Amino acid sequence: MFIILLIAFLLVLSSVAYRVGVKRALSVGGGSARALHSLPAYHGLYMVCWGLLPALALIVVYLSVAPTLIERTIVASLPLELQAEGPQRELLLSDIESLAVGDVASQAGEVARQAAELLKSVRHRSMMGLAAICLVLGVGGAAFAHRRIELQAPAIHRVEGAVKALLFLASLVAVVTTLGIVLSLVFEAFRFFGKVSVVEFLCGREWSPQTALRADQVGSSGTFGAVPLFAGTLLISGIAMLVAAPIGLLSAFYMAEYAKPRTRSMLKPLLEILAGIPTVVYGFFAALTVAPAIRGWGEQWGLDVASESAMAAGLVMGVMIIPFVSSISDDVISAVPQGLRQASLGLGATRSETIRRVVFPAALPGIVGGLLLAVSRAIGETMIVTMAAGLTANLTANPLEAVTTVTVQIVTLLVGDQEFDSAKTLAAFALGLMLFLVTLIFNVIALTVVRRYREQYD
Amino acid sequence: MTDRNPDHETPPTATGRVGHPLLTTEAVQRRLGRRRRQEWRFQAYCLVAIGLALGFLLLLFSDIVRKGWQGFRQTEVTFEIFFDPEQIDPTGERDPEVLAAADYAPLWREPLREILGDVEGRRERRAAYGLISSGAVFDLQQMVMADASILGSTQSVALPMSDATDLMMKGKISRDLPEEERPLTDQQLAWLDQLRAEGLVHIAFNTRFLSSGDSRSPELAGIAGAVMGSFYAMVVTLLLAFPLGVATAVYLEEFAPQNNRWIDLIEVNINNLAAVPSIVYGLLGLAVFLNFFGLPRSAPLVGGLVLCLMTLPTIIITGRVAIKAVPPSLRQAAYGLGATPLQVVRDHVLPQALPGILTGTIIGLARALGETAPLLMIGMVAFIVDIPEGPLSPATALPVQVYLWSDSPERGFLEKTSAAILVLLAFLIVMNGAAVWMRRRFQTR
Repeated sequence: MFIILLIAFLLVLSSVAYRVGVKRALSVGGGSARALHSLPAYHGLYMVCWGLLPALALIVVYLSVAPTLIERTIVASLPLELQAEGPQRELLLSDIESLAVGDVASQAGEVARQAAELLKSVRHRSMMGLAAICLVLGVGGAAFAHRRIELQAPAIHRVEGAVKALLFLASLVAVVTTLGIVLSLVFEAFRFFGKVSVVEFLCGREWSPQTALRADQVGSSGTFGAVPLFAGTLLISGIAMLVAAPIGLLSAFYMAEYAKPRTRSMLKPLLEILAGIPTVVYGFFAALTVAPAIRGWGEQWGLDVASESAMAAGLVMGVMIIPFVSSISDDVISAVPQGLRQASLGLGATRSETIRRVVFPAALPGIVGGLLLAVSRAIGETMIVTMAAGLTANLTANPLEAVTTVTVQIVTLLVGDQEFDSAKTLAAFALGLMLFLVTLIFNVIALTVVRRYREQYD
Repeated sequence: MTDRNPDHETPPTATGRVGHPLLTTEAVQRRLGRRRRQEWRFQAYCLVAIGLALGFLLLLFSDIVRKGWQGFRQTEVTFEIFFDPEQIDPTGERDPEVLAAADYAPLWREPLREILGDVEGRRERRAAYGLISSGAVFDLQQMVMADASILGSTQSVALPMSDATDLMMKGKISRDLPEEERPLTDQQLAWLDQLRAEGLVHIAFNTRFLSSGDSRSPELAGIAGAVMGSFYAMVVTLLLAFPLGVATAVYLEEFAPQNNRWIDLIEVNINNLAAVPSIVYGLLGLAVFLNFFGLPRSAPLVGGLVLCLMTLPTIIITGRVAIKAVPPSLRQAAYGLGATPLQVVRDHVLPQALPGILTGTIIGLARALGETAPLLMIGMVAFIVDIPEGPLSPATALPVQVYLWSDSPERGFLEKTSAAILVLLAFLIVMNGAAVWMRRRFQTR
């Protein structure tokens, strides 16, 4: 709230600065803009740049650093025995927080009350300090810019330079995001591997992450062998690809080779609807319609089908990724030079012979790239498997049994749990790191293959 | 490709020996027939593939519509209710606190007993009350709180019936089931029939579903809280992702130095980010926004931030395509008249590229609206009754609500889940329709 007020104040300040700048530029130019290097408006904007940008940067820095610093101050003020990290401290801190905000906290002790007073005053002082510095930066910056308004001052170039710098900063957000993903995953996974060895994680065949509440309980440590998860992920993705690859490819052949332009322009968006349906809808459909149906058929044939079979999740996931396969394959097939087709047809080959013996081999690298992208989609898909696949680890290749996947485990490990130093929650980040790396490798290979393929025919 | 076609093995030679077994008229005819059948089969496979995909789409939609359309309807019973001032407000001061704390249950229980007649004993009474939703008292309470002058008058009020009654009325549970497998006993069914015979029971449009928050009872649950949560998250996403995405696209297309290693790095980055699984963004949000920056759990603000990072690559990539499509002659003409690079972008490139950029933004937002997994990671998956008041209050989102309801054991939530999916799909259809419309307009220009 305070920050919003501060920003609003800075905006008012900069609109004043703009007007002052325009007026000043006009008076420097002797009442008209003709003698000036830049239009008066740019002199005004120049003043806005100097008045607004440093203060805004400061606010951003404050917002990203202050909460952590303030919390550290509060923790340091607590009695030593309460400073140890853990759920108890979290509870105390949230008590202090709600006391400081004015809500009535649960069983607030004297310690909490004192800390809340301190928190209030520290917050108050830091905000006042921020406001003061922002004021100085704003007014000072504008004043500095005001002095630089001259006849020959290249205000327009300066303003454009500032805007370009802002645009460049915006394009860095993508890099920062990647960095954030990598750092957070690696950092938490590193903490996890401090508790559980890498070898056990990658090669262990036992996955039961439930750590006991008390240390003396049986099986209190939990075991973190992720092989069953990898196997389950592979099984479900495999089923999905068995569905998506033939259907997607044949659809792509039809659209690229047989369909008239009109039919094609209708079919393509229809198929792409499949990719636009939210995954939670597929999950619902898989869990409540497809899984019971498969179970019913299985019973008719005398097969024992789990109610959360890998088959149901895999089938529905396969349908979801059909458009990924068909879209990319369609593009790739259309990029095969027309001459190849005409040569084949001219030799008397039928359409299907041309497709199978000429077009398909020529388009193969691109198609493989598209399939790889689809696989990476399938591996990273979360909601369908969370809703329709099982929760317990099960090392099997039988598609009628329940298996669990990497993404399902990430969700179950993290939903509802708020402590972040147990091996259980950290395991989710280790799994996330694996997921990220595997999908990244698939994507890089796929994109390179597809790009090389395009260059070949360009 | 291993089957060896005799045509290819022995090409007809110039001498064309008549009598070669592969070249007799019948042999050629036979082969031609086989090849035509092969051709026909291949086309049939292709059509079957497309038919399967579209058939599945149809199956999915029809299944959800079939399950969900009745979620928009609710069984109600209409009673003539006397708002007894003695019961609600014995002091007669109309103090809101007294009105809020009063017991409203007798108001509807009285007429119910009167109509049913012979309800004796505690157990029977409780069974009779079970026909009506426990939310009936809140309706009555709200009526009085909104307008205290109705105290002392008799009003005709439609009250929601319980979820078991509702399922029975909609025919979702068969009457022929044995009593122990039914949620309603024979006695309750008889009462229900009695009420129906009086013409008091009817199925009406369920406004509560669209106007109220979540509830443990299916007949009282609504999606308004989830819709508002999604709305706040989308506003945050749009406000951040649109300017950032456009700025990045403009920078990369118009100002970035060519053949610069850093720029290549940024581009590769964006392409890879577009393919990162959404749950990884959730992990990022959890580790960075919640644990590092200490933002509140379950807040649409954090959801919006995470979804913003997720949509950003889509907006950037489509934005770049749109900017690239602006003819260079436009830029050159503007430069020739002495415009500066930024003026060219602001006055000529962006207005031309805007429809394309907006199309990409809408498509990105539509994907973000349907996204569930990252929101689970940042705690937007709790039982929240209140409709969120702002981007900082705890909330769920529409797809998360679908996930939560699909998990719940009550049968009544099945149709609510499907109905919520229908609402979600309606939003997506509107958004994608807008995108298609915009693309059409853009193309005709």
